[in-house]
Amino acid sequence: MTVKRRSFIKTSAAGAAALAAGPYFWPKGVSAADTVKGGAIYDLSGDLQLFGKNQWACAEMAIDEINAAGGVLGKKLEVKTYDSQSQMQAYNQYARQMVLRDRVAVVQGGLTSSSREVIRPILHKLKTLYFYNTNYEGGVCDRNFFATGATPGGYVDLLSGEAMKRWGKSVYIMAADYNYGQITAKWIQKAVKDAGGKVVGEEFFPLTVNQFGPTISKIQAAKPDFVMNVFVGPAHASFYGQWASAGMNKRIPMVSTTFGAAGEVVRMPPEIADGIMTCYSYYEDLDIPFNKKWLAEFRKRNGTDYGYLTDVPPKDWYGWIFWAKAVNEAGTTEREKVIEVLEGGLTVDGPGGPLTMDAKTHHCTMDMYIGQAKGGKFEIQKKVAQVPPTNTGNQCDLKARPDTNVMYEPKI
Amino acid sequence: MDLAVVVVIQILYAVAGLALISIGLAIIFGMMGVINFAHGEFLMMGGYAFILSYNAGVNFWIAMLVVAPLAVAVIGVVVERLIIRHLYGRVIETVLATWGLSLFLIGLAATVLGYHQKGVTPPFGTIRIGAYQEGGYTFFVILVTLALMAALYVGFKYTRWGLIARGTMQNAQMASGIGVSVDRVYATTFGIGAALSGLAGAILAPIAGVLPEIGVTYVVKAFITVIGGGAVALAGTGAASFLFGAVSQAVTFLSRPVVGEVALLVVAIVLLRLLPLGITGRYFRRGL
Repeated sequence: MTVKRRSFIKTSAAGAAALAAGPYFWPKGVSAADTVKGGAIYDLSGDLQLFGKNQWACAEMAIDEINAAGGVLGKKLEVKTYDSQSQMQAYNQYARQMVLRDRVAVVQGGLTSSSREVIRPILHKLKTLYFYNTNYEGGVCDRNFFATGATPGGYVDLLSGEAMKRWGKSVYIMAADYNYGQITAKWIQKAVKDAGGKVVGEEFFPLTVNQFGPTISKIQAAKPDFVMNVFVGPAHASFYGQWASAGMNKRIPMVSTTFGAAGEVVRMPPEIADGIMTCYSYYEDLDIPFNKKWLAEFRKRNGTDYGYLTDVPPKDWYGWIFWAKAVNEAGTTEREKVIEVLEGGLTVDGPGGPLTMDAKTHHCTMDMYIGQAKGGKFEIQKKVAQVPPTNTGNQCDLKARPDTNVMYEPKI
Repeated sequence: MDLAVVVVIQILYAVAGLALISIGLAIIFGMMGVINFAHGEFLMMGGYAFILSYNAGVNFWIAMLVVAPLAVAVIGVVVERLIIRHLYGRVIETVLATWGLSLFLIGLAATVLGYHQKGVTPPFGTIRIGAYQEGGYTFFVILVTLALMAALYVGFKYTRWGLIARGTMQNAQMASGIGVSVDRVYATTFGIGAALSGLAGAILAPIAGVLPEIGVTYVVKAFITVIGGGAVALAGTGAASFLFGAVSQAVTFLSRPVVGEVALLVVAIVLLRLLPLGITGRYFRRGL
């Protein structure tokens, strides 16, 4: 968006009292003209705080790094943080507030697809850049929207391919019964079939289901070579204990697109967790110099009660660095100019390796890794360099059709 | 044949699981008329009490069967003294107060205990049934639920304390008139309900894991079971668990998990349409 300095000062003066009463005010004591404003919205309390806190910890670290390196356009980057309380109506309210009252140049944050779809149309309409930094089902094609997270078009192939190579061609799919689970399951179906495999069973579980006995029996009867799950939430996390209790974790290998994203690998005893295979763009155990330094800094700032970081939280670090770098290169926070720089193949090096923004889809090309749970952490077993974002099935081309504003689903 | 055995075991397990998560709520609701919205969090705290004490070196069974119920009983009595006793007979206010308590306890657990407390592995290994194998822990849950129900029955039916408790619930004024300390009976009953919830949370912890929000995954089914069962705590919970558990599990086997969930709700709705006061509104009215 265009930040006109005059109107900027006027509105910030008018809104100053209201600002101070806001839920978070960050940081204090710098006059508005000397700063560039950004807006952050994370689930810092409520059901999703486990994720939101980690995301904000990484974002905050990026913002401090940006300011330590001279800020944005020579000014201090001032980010107002909002706590959505894991509530969708708060996303709606705060997204408008960030643009209309705080006059931010960019909004970053959100975790669930539902929260994204609440604020994405708002920010699209109000012409304010939006960075969504989460592993999600993929498919959003919107010129105002940038995603740094991994999408199933990239990792499902790798994960199912690796599993089929190791254990065999028949797969049993278990997935959460909503958007993310349904779409990811479609990607798995496609990936398995393309690779000559066979899906011997597929079941969907409402997010409230925490009894998996019947399905475990069905899997025992179907005898797949491995099981691939797309579980979401605390009820589904109950599965792993039941699976181990039935002794299945020693008989049929388990592959997951979500395991470890919610600290499972720290919380679950190794007898339950060991051997579960995942594919992420970041693990704490990555042996990359950048990561060693980055992780040491993260631990120094946050201690160890942030569990074990995987894919999602570091992407919020990338998101902020991406935007700051683009603004500094563009020499302005003007939306069009920043988009141009981002579409010019901008690359950011980070703890998980370099991420490059793809001009056509506004998603990122990134390194992906195969990691298997072992003794309370992940053992990195394979690296696949620079996986392109194929999550729209090549339907999205924002270079050719900048007016596109849809969410594609894979055609299978 | 082996499939039939597995199905029967799974159905028994579903019934036991429902009874286990509901019985604490049923006692508090059935005997005291208090709707405890923080029931799920009592289960959650039982789970935490178990894994924290176990990880601190307490024996597995003592941590599960003694520490967890005791810890939650103490919390329950404190809650009763501080909040619930001011609200007896005021259903709406109790619902609001306990709902607030539920949010508070989730927030407290998330802030103080966090999400990364190490869980516990289910003991007992596995049992083979033809082509299938079943966790030994499944049988443990079924047996321990049966034992629990039996113990409660004996406790309420044949002990002096049980007699006083039942008398107080039937007519508090009369009980008070013949020298019973009604306050004490209420506090104790609430404590027992809380202890049972804590125990259930601990028993389910190895297979369900423990998170601050885990209570939310139990509380809806516990409420449906208790309301379906009606005012008579033990018989009602037993009968409703049997009906709902069997139907949802059997349907899940025959079709899909989502249909199983729907079946449970459909049966509950039909049941409450036919028997608005729950199963024990018409049957087992003289039960416990």
